[in-house]
Amino acid sequence: MGGLCNHSLELTGLAGNPASPVHRLDPRAKIVGLVSITIVAVSTPPRHWPVYVACATALAAVAMLGRVGVGDIWRRTRVVLPLILFVAIFVPFLRTGGAVYDLGPIKVHEAGLLVLAAVAAKATIGTLSAVLLGTTTTFPAVLHGLEAMRLPRTFVLIAAFMYRYLFVIVEEVARMRQALASRGYRPRNALQAGALGRVATALFLRSYSRGERVYLAMLSRGYRGAMPQAVPLSLGRADIVFVAVVLASLVPLRLLAELA
Amino acid sequence: MSCAVHASGLRYDYPSGHPALRGVDLHVEHGERVAVLGPNGAGKTTLMLHLNGLMLGEGALEVAGLEVSSGTLHDLRIRVGVVFQDPDDQLFMPTVREDVAFGPLNMGLDRPAVDERVREALAAVRMAHVIDRAPYQLSMGERRRVALATVLAMRPRLLVLDEPSANLDPRARRGLLDILEPIERTMLFTTHDLPLAAELCERAVILAAGRVVADGPTAEVLADSALLAAHDLELPAGFDLSGVALRPRPEGGAAALAARS
Repeated sequence: MGGLCNHSLELTGLAGNPASPVHRLDPRAKIVGLVSITIVAVSTPPRHWPVYVACATALAAVAMLGRVGVGDIWRRTRVVLPLILFVAIFVPFLRTGGAVYDLGPIKVHEAGLLVLAAVAAKATIGTLSAVLLGTTTTFPAVLHGLEAMRLPRTFVLIAAFMYRYLFVIVEEVARMRQALASRGYRPRNALQAGALGRVATALFLRSYSRGERVYLAMLSRGYRGAMPQAVPLSLGRADIVFVAVVLASLVPLRLLAELA
Repeated sequence: MSCAVHASGLRYDYPSGHPALRGVDLHVEHGERVAVLGPNGAGKTTLMLHLNGLMLGEGALEVAGLEVSSGTLHDLRIRVGVVFQDPDDQLFMPTVREDVAFGPLNMGLDRPAVDERVREALAAVRMAHVIDRAPYQLSMGERRRVALATVLAMRPRLLVLDEPSANLDPRARRGLLDILEPIERTMLFTTHDLPLAAELCERAVILAAGRVVADGPTAEVLADSALLAAHDLELPAGFDLSGVALRPRPEGGAAALAARS
């Protein structure tokens, strides 16, 4: 079964030192801290770029405290970041204003370049925050944190089931692909891709009937429409210190930048 | 405290009109271990789902002292533990701890009592070390054992296991038998694994086309090769029933066995 798991799901789960002070923080502290860093960065206009540097420094500190290696961060970041940057890369050619640089057939505008730089910085900081949350907090712990922060339970439940069955479904897809390949399926044109449609249909039907079986299993253990409450979390001193340090170091900087 | 099953003329038709159970008569007494054998499509799983009120058929059905009807479902599901065939259906929470706690929490127990039951149930299936793991990180054998723990944590009077040895390698299967053996509960197994029935259950029932067609001591039912063949069942080639010793039983089971004979 493990042999089928050569896919990006290997990039989920903890990294770094699970006993580090960052890993041991209450998930709510990490969610608030890392989301704050992202909000500060996203809300800052590019002319106040030192705020970006401060955010990046804060993230680097979190990574070092958590002993999360550059390799782990890079492997996860490169899955998400290119998608965001791909959209931003066209901005310098489309957005007009400021100095114009002539690159032969196309022209690049200064205003566009600035937007690209800002989007790149914000996207990188946002992605790194999410990656650090993911490397230092298990997904169930993030869900607990979100639930304790009064996120609607339905949303938390959907995320929990998605997380639980993502692995099951990915393994099913891998088996179906092997079944196709083992019978010589090698699509060479669009017409032959029809088999993939039938695979998708089969996958949908299997997932649907699994959903029904899971529901029966829930009923059989006394489920009556309300999920039991998770273990209550408790904020410790370290959690409060972590959030306070993040907020105290970034929020004044952000406000000062606005006044300057 | 009854943990018996009394089914009389139990009938169930699928929504398509195809009959799944055509008048099942089955009486299981306290402490018995009964193997429900039968080919695919015989109605074994349908019968199992009835015992927990997950399907409601026609006819009389009393399980664990409760008349099965829409009014008794919650109590019934607390008294009867069903272990489903695919542990991925049974283990739906993000971690083993939360999954084993799911049933006890639905029973309205407080947190310390739930924690106690989670520890107790995982210890009973020798899986205490995976408490904080996610179900997808476990092997099939481990998942099967954790699935059993999710039900044991509710301390049911009656345990119903659907194909407990399906998809297990010999070692995992042996491990599961070792875990099931000391459990002091009335148990019903649906299975194709006839050696498992011979080893764990003193009584075997053959279900075919929605009816009970044979009911007796496991050794006798399995020795009747014509009966087995007539219902698409077969012992492994060269399997010698006389070499199988019925596993020792907790007190209650032995008493029930004596009472029956």
